[in-house]
Amino acid sequence: MRHLLSAGDLSRDEATLILDTARELAQAGARSVKKFPTLRGRTVVNLFFEDSTRTRTSFELAAKRLSADVINFSAKGSSVSKGESLKDTALTLQAMGADGVVIRHSASGAAHRLSGWVDGSVVNAGDGTHEHPTQALLDVYTMRERMGRLDGLRVAIVGDIRHSRVARSNVLLLHTLGAEATLVAPPTLMPVSVHTWPCAVSYDLDEALSKSDVVMMLRVQAERMQGAYFPTPREYSRRYGLDSERFARMHDEAIVMHPGPMVRGMEISAEVADSPRCTVTEQVANGLSIRMAVLYLLLGGSESAIGA
Amino acid sequence: MCAQKRTESDAHAAQAAEPPKPADRGATKTVLEGPEITRALTRIAHEVLERTKGGEDVTLLGIPTRGVPLARRLAERIERVEDRTVPWGSLDITMYRDDLRLAPARALGRTEIPAGGIDGRVVVLVDDVLFSGRTVRAALDALNDLGRPRAVQLATLVDRGHRELPIRADYVGKNLPTSLRENVTVLLEELDGRDAVVLGPAKPRPGAEGEL
Repeated sequence: MRHLLSAGDLSRDEATLILDTARELAQAGARSVKKFPTLRGRTVVNLFFEDSTRTRTSFELAAKRLSADVINFSAKGSSVSKGESLKDTALTLQAMGADGVVIRHSASGAAHRLSGWVDGSVVNAGDGTHEHPTQALLDVYTMRERMGRLDGLRVAIVGDIRHSRVARSNVLLLHTLGAEATLVAPPTLMPVSVHTWPCAVSYDLDEALSKSDVVMMLRVQAERMQGAYFPTPREYSRRYGLDSERFARMHDEAIVMHPGPMVRGMEISAEVADSPRCTVTEQVANGLSIRMAVLYLLLGGSESAIGA
Repeated sequence: MCAQKRTESDAHAAQAAEPPKPADRGATKTVLEGPEITRALTRIAHEVLERTKGGEDVTLLGIPTRGVPLARRLAERIERVEDRTVPWGSLDITMYRDDLRLAPARALGRTEIPAGGIDGRVVVLVDDVLFSGRTVRAALDALNDLGRPRAVQLATLVDRGHRELPIRADYVGKNLPTSLRENVTVLLEELDGRDAVVLGPAKPRPGAEGEL
């Protein structure tokens, strides 16, 4: 069994296979019967140690659309709150015969550890500040659908890069697929190791805007900040927020993306968020197709077609 | 469940009784050439029109990969004869196969249903080779999730026998008695650069295309 732990594990061919598969599966959303019998008899466990309604429901629905049995396991109210370790939880899942485990955990590397303890395929649905590969896949899918290509596409990723697993996964995947990523953030919100990432770095949003085909705004993750990273939200918003004035300076075809949840008025203004060139709700819909594709390619055959 | 598991039973005796010449090992033989394929498709087009009384509510659905160009060609022929456009599309059955767990996960093909949908239509499924019948079973399942056709018919360029399910074709280009060890390959202009049906010794079946 293979796993999807990092967007960086995917080769160009594997990533393209996922995107193409998702595109075919997206059609199913328009049918009256939206289900496929493909994963009948298989069990997928959603193991969520962090709250995330959006991602969890997306994975749950994706598994159900493929006719898998789905078990939702949230840390709250489970034995985890009684002090059970991740390993013991994993062994329990193993004993239940889970074919796939979707894990969200606040510790970076949790998905990787889990993959050593269970026989089933592990899908990383966000581990700490490390990675969130299916989010990157759905972002890239949205870009490809909207812009028609990925090769040479210029993507600016703006905001709290330091605490963002979405940024890291996106940079890795965009690099694999031939797009040029530029990270834009105040120096305090850049990760220390950013020079090792395959992307450009800028501290000036206005300069990056005019050169970008896609602008991806990130949420400022106050819950992960144990210190002061910028003077005031107002100042952050003035220098790194996407308001209508900045939006007007982007070129006409360029799109705005956001992984959600958005903090309107902080990193993105309401007008921009509601613009038809902002793809937030599309990203959610595409997330379902991408997760169906990933589950199908990992669990659908005798061995997985993707992952490491 | 799959072809490999089954021994040659009495059911196949009839077909085995008239095998093509015991071709030397490793040799391939072209059993249908381009013009014959063209003639077979023209005949099938006429048969479809005759059986569906003018083909007014016919929708052709090709099963990827090689059923799709065949469906398109049939649609063109019917159009030429009756001077009416026939909706055609493709129906991918990958997600409905019963042997998914016997092979690595495979890429999906295209499903494109013509704008009018399939409700109340006479759907003619088109495939290149009819073998075990499992592809057709999967296609019937897939159709079920897409809508409710008035009737479903099956057209195939080659029927090579060895059915594992109670399924038969309504329109057959050529009945081709084969041994289970032989391999039938359909080549089409659109995908392979030439039209031909080639009979050769079996090779290990890689994710069997068009046959289940």
